[in-house]
Amino acid sequence: MSELRWFPDAMPVPAVSPVTLPWWRAAAEHRLVVQVCDACGATRHPPSPRCPRCHAPGSSWRDLPGTGSVFTFTVVHQAFLPALAEHVPYVIAVVDLDDSDGARLVTNVVDGVPSTVCIGDRVSIVFEDMGPDLAVPRAVTDVGAPDR
Amino acid sequence: VKPRTATVVGVGETAYARWGGLADVTEYELALQAIEAAVADAGLQLHDVDGLASFADDRNDAVFVAADLGLPELRHATMSWLPGGGGACAAVANAAIAVEAGQAEVIVVYRSLCQGQFHRFGQGPGARRDDGRPPGLRRARSPLDEHAAFTMPFGMLSPPITYAMVMQRHMYRYGTTSEQMGNVAVRFRDHATRNPRAVMGDQPMTLDDHRSSRLVAEPFHLFDCCMENDGACAVVVTTAERAADCAKQGAEIVASAQGNPGAFGHGQYVNVYLDDDLYTSGGGQVVARDLFARAGIGPDDIDVAMIYDHFTGLVLLQLEDYGFCRRGEGGPFFSETSLPMNTHGGSLSEAYIHGLNHVVEGVRQLRGESTTPVPGAETCLVTSAAGVPSSGLVLVKVP
Repeated sequence: MSELRWFPDAMPVPAVSPVTLPWWRAAAEHRLVVQVCDACGATRHPPSPRCPRCHAPGSSWRDLPGTGSVFTFTVVHQAFLPALAEHVPYVIAVVDLDDSDGARLVTNVVDGVPSTVCIGDRVSIVFEDMGPDLAVPRAVTDVGAPDR
Repeated sequence: VKPRTATVVGVGETAYARWGGLADVTEYELALQAIEAAVADAGLQLHDVDGLASFADDRNDAVFVAADLGLPELRHATMSWLPGGGGACAAVANAAIAVEAGQAEVIVVYRSLCQGQFHRFGQGPGARRDDGRPPGLRRARSPLDEHAAFTMPFGMLSPPITYAMVMQRHMYRYGTTSEQMGNVAVRFRDHATRNPRAVMGDQPMTLDDHRSSRLVAEPFHLFDCCMENDGACAVVVTTAERAADCAKQGAEIVASAQGNPGAFGHGQYVNVYLDDDLYTSGGGQVVARDLFARAGIGPDDIDVAMIYDHFTGLVLLQLEDYGFCRRGEGGPFFSETSLPMNTHGGSLSEAYIHGLNHVVEGVRQLRGESTTPVPGAETCLVTSAAGVPSSGLVLVKVP
């Protein structure tokens, strides 16, 4: 497990249901996965109880390579939690995940200077261990990626 | 006009104040006062009221309101599921539907907000963590809670962050600028300076003021974001037949619509999982289509518009959704158009009462009571919040 820490313990913790628990269990093992419909093969994120395309309930989980491109982002300057006062400005990004058939992930770009993030930037997903059973995916800029 | 056609006959409000400015009175008491003011404006009595409507988790339960105002009978009580400010026009629509169906005769739609006494509206579940426990998973209490797990742990904690990201993408795709958003803030503030009810009425704003206001979440500066206020307002809906005997001129509800493109609002209303065209819209396409079809008119027939303005940029997206301009052209359109909008100052500068005050201003505009009057205005569009499942109204002056 990594020792990387960027955000404070007082960040909101994920609330899980039987539908979303497998995704968070995988994250705790530092695996980024996407839910795949057993009936039609469509992916979906965040996890949901039925396939929005074919309405089938059955699903499986597929490992993703953990790379992607920034679809949109913001640099947050106001600390909406007292615990974030020392952490602003921070970057929230929505990442188009490679090989996911259209899944996007809300995450944080945690390396570099916030003001330099751009739409289209290539990123790699890393995991921040927040507690014994909780790891949260963050993104680091991946300047070596071929399709930048 | 048919005898039962739904008509707004009264509008009213309490004083509007900054966050915490009305600390000596409860939010519920303000709701009662706004209802009393609107009923009085209509020239009706409380014993005429037989229905109540509100929206989005209103804390001020209609059953208590009916009892405390001494209504002889409560025959219709609805609350729209549409979240946040998306439901203001829907609450009026639900009142209109009920009145036209003969379920009730006089329905008051109300909204009261004491932001100083409650947590910030739109702050997601789990946003405050002060229990001292180590971080870990917890059991979801609702679908919203479950979806918020994919945004809150990343610091996506409040609506300005959510919609900043939408505008960032809109700027990337269409070249929309911060200055174009600033134009919205400046124009609505100018309207507010003539409105004695407006919380920001004594503070004129320039584009420089907008540009130099602090950043909240890029590209949004403070003055791109609506205020957070204490106050309440209400509107009275009845039949055209009853309206003829009311104290003032009415505003006919010629069309109402509510809803959203299927998955809009998905993921704790953040929409980041949707198709790019839908993500960079306000999500008003379904409401706009139904509203104009039902009214039998188009955007060109609108004399004045009250556009929900939680954030400057989302005003531009709604102008696109409602067909006033093409997709991506909201920024330039706003700067060039002569369409009067938010003549009260909107949520940016009059008050943030979840857009029910936009319905109030629409009625005043058609009556000739606005502090920024639009001469000859006969047709008014009112929209509720963009970026969430929403609703809209077309109001027409009753001759």
